[in-house]
Amino acid sequence: MSDEKSSTELTSGHPEKFTDPGMPEHRQRRADVEPAASKRAERQVAALFGISVIGTIGSMVAYFAIRPDGTTAGTRLSNLTLGLGIAFALLGIGLAAVHWAKAIMSDHEVVEERHEQRSPDDVREAAVQKLDDGIADSGIARRGVLKGAALSALALFPLTIAVPLVSSVGGDWNVSKFRHTRWEKGMRLATDPTGRPIRAADVTMGNVFHVIPDVSEEERESHEWITEKAKAVVLLVRMDPRDLKEAPDREGWSYDGIVAYSKICTHVGCPVALYEQQTHHLLCPCHQSTFDVADGAKVVFGPAHRPLPQLPIEIDDEGYLVAQSDFHEPVGPSYWERLK
Amino acid sequence: MKALAARRHHRLAPVVLLLLALLVTGGVYALLAPSPASADTASVQDIETGEKLFQANCATCHGPDAEGSDTVPSLVGVGAAAVDFQVSTGRMPMQASGPQAIEKPAQMDAEQTSQLAAYVASLGAGPAIPTDEMVDASKGDPALGASVFRTNCAMCHNAIGAGGALSEGKFAPALLDVEPRNIYQAMLTGPQSMPVFNDANITPEEKRDVIAYLAEQHDGSAGGLTLGSLGPVSEGLWVWVVGMGLLVGAAVWIGAKSS
Repeated sequence: MSDEKSSTELTSGHPEKFTDPGMPEHRQRRADVEPAASKRAERQVAALFGISVIGTIGSMVAYFAIRPDGTTAGTRLSNLTLGLGIAFALLGIGLAAVHWAKAIMSDHEVVEERHEQRSPDDVREAAVQKLDDGIADSGIARRGVLKGAALSALALFPLTIAVPLVSSVGGDWNVSKFRHTRWEKGMRLATDPTGRPIRAADVTMGNVFHVIPDVSEEERESHEWITEKAKAVVLLVRMDPRDLKEAPDREGWSYDGIVAYSKICTHVGCPVALYEQQTHHLLCPCHQSTFDVADGAKVVFGPAHRPLPQLPIEIDDEGYLVAQSDFHEPVGPSYWERLK
Repeated sequence: MKALAARRHHRLAPVVLLLLALLVTGGVYALLAPSPASADTASVQDIETGEKLFQANCATCHGPDAEGSDTVPSLVGVGAAAVDFQVSTGRMPMQASGPQAIEKPAQMDAEQTSQLAAYVASLGAGPAIPTDEMVDASKGDPALGASVFRTNCAMCHNAIGAGGALSEGKFAPALLDVEPRNIYQAMLTGPQSMPVFNDANITPEEKRDVIAYLAEQHDGSAGGLTLGSLGPVSEGLWVWVVGMGLLVGAAVWIGAKSS
């Protein structure tokens, strides 16, 4: 009841229409009425310009006296002094200009009504008339050849931009590249970035190796390598074989507790490399997807959807770890042709 | 006091108080902050003393034979390097159970640490404490160290070793103030969540390069304030709070009528 009452009171208290309060009464600034205040404002503006001058001189001193000497601290000092000098030089000018305008320049409010956006009728008619005269003068209605030629030129011109754009979009739609990596049967596993082949005996308990395919030095220097490496990087971990849960169809993909998984997150492709030795969890630094390396790198937390692809490994005659084959599924995040 | 009491309603009083509180906190921290201990190389005669220390300080959890249990690791074969790392950084003896053993003032002095290390090393072969030359940053190549660090360490410890978060309260500690010897030992022994990087994985020379790279980071950044080197979090906070705050303040000042 009381609610109803108060609400009616509120509505009835409102006026039918608010009246335009108009411009607030003009208030004189202190600088307008007190000569002392006016003088003070002038001094303040001059002082601000003075700060700018000091800043400029300071940056000149910094430039000539404090040269970067090659050390980190020297470069930092040089940057800092130069930057401070320039900052004060510009800030002084800006503050002085604003203060000048606010405190010293006249502050009479001026009202300027916005003009109508629509042009007057006679201007509009004159414009249409000029256009019509131009069309009539060009004779485009009579001269069929010229009309055709002009339209053809205008219609064809966009091709110069559209063709290169469209053809380069369609130029690299070879999706099968995403399905394969540089790994192949018998290719040795090597350390990233040094490229040393890894023997199974080197991988002691609790070790984690960041692995690239053992390719030639030339290939590692080549332009294409960065693309290949981005797909082929692998994380190699050794754990107690008793901790390892292996799916029946993947038995024989590991060697004595050593497992190798793609390092490319199945969410959006960040390198997953934060390995917790005790929990066998592998974290992605981008969105905290967590994979259980002891259990087929299944997702235990986070936005990733699929387990990391496993690289089947074995050892060769010399005891080096080698791949049994390429990955059995595409590495990295989903793409629309993945399931075709 | 009377003068102070009269001014306590001054509008700058909270600012002054805040600055004072910050100064006191910082000063107390600087006085009480742990300083890393150092250990000399161990000798065989210390084994007996080390065993006594072990029985008194470590056997409760690790067992009288240092063989551990389901929840506590066995120390047989962890080597002197692991003991020196854990004890000289104060992580062991562990004060309280938690997501991970945290660094605290070392409970044992350098001599006791080396005796304990000698005893544990005598239980089974394991990695030894690196020599001073092996961890001498001036002999390493920081550029090579940077590439090794980027691939193997940066994902947890941050690009310049400022540390980072792991899961469930665990974290990778900052490396900037860690003794070079302890950095080497951590790579070699893989304490707690950290995996092992043995000498086949990262060679002793490369480990020294990593130490050299981290030593380079002591100089800070040539760009000025590092804001903790934590990337977009601290930089974003700075830009949104301080930077935008200054811009809003400037806009208000420009728009306000002069008095």
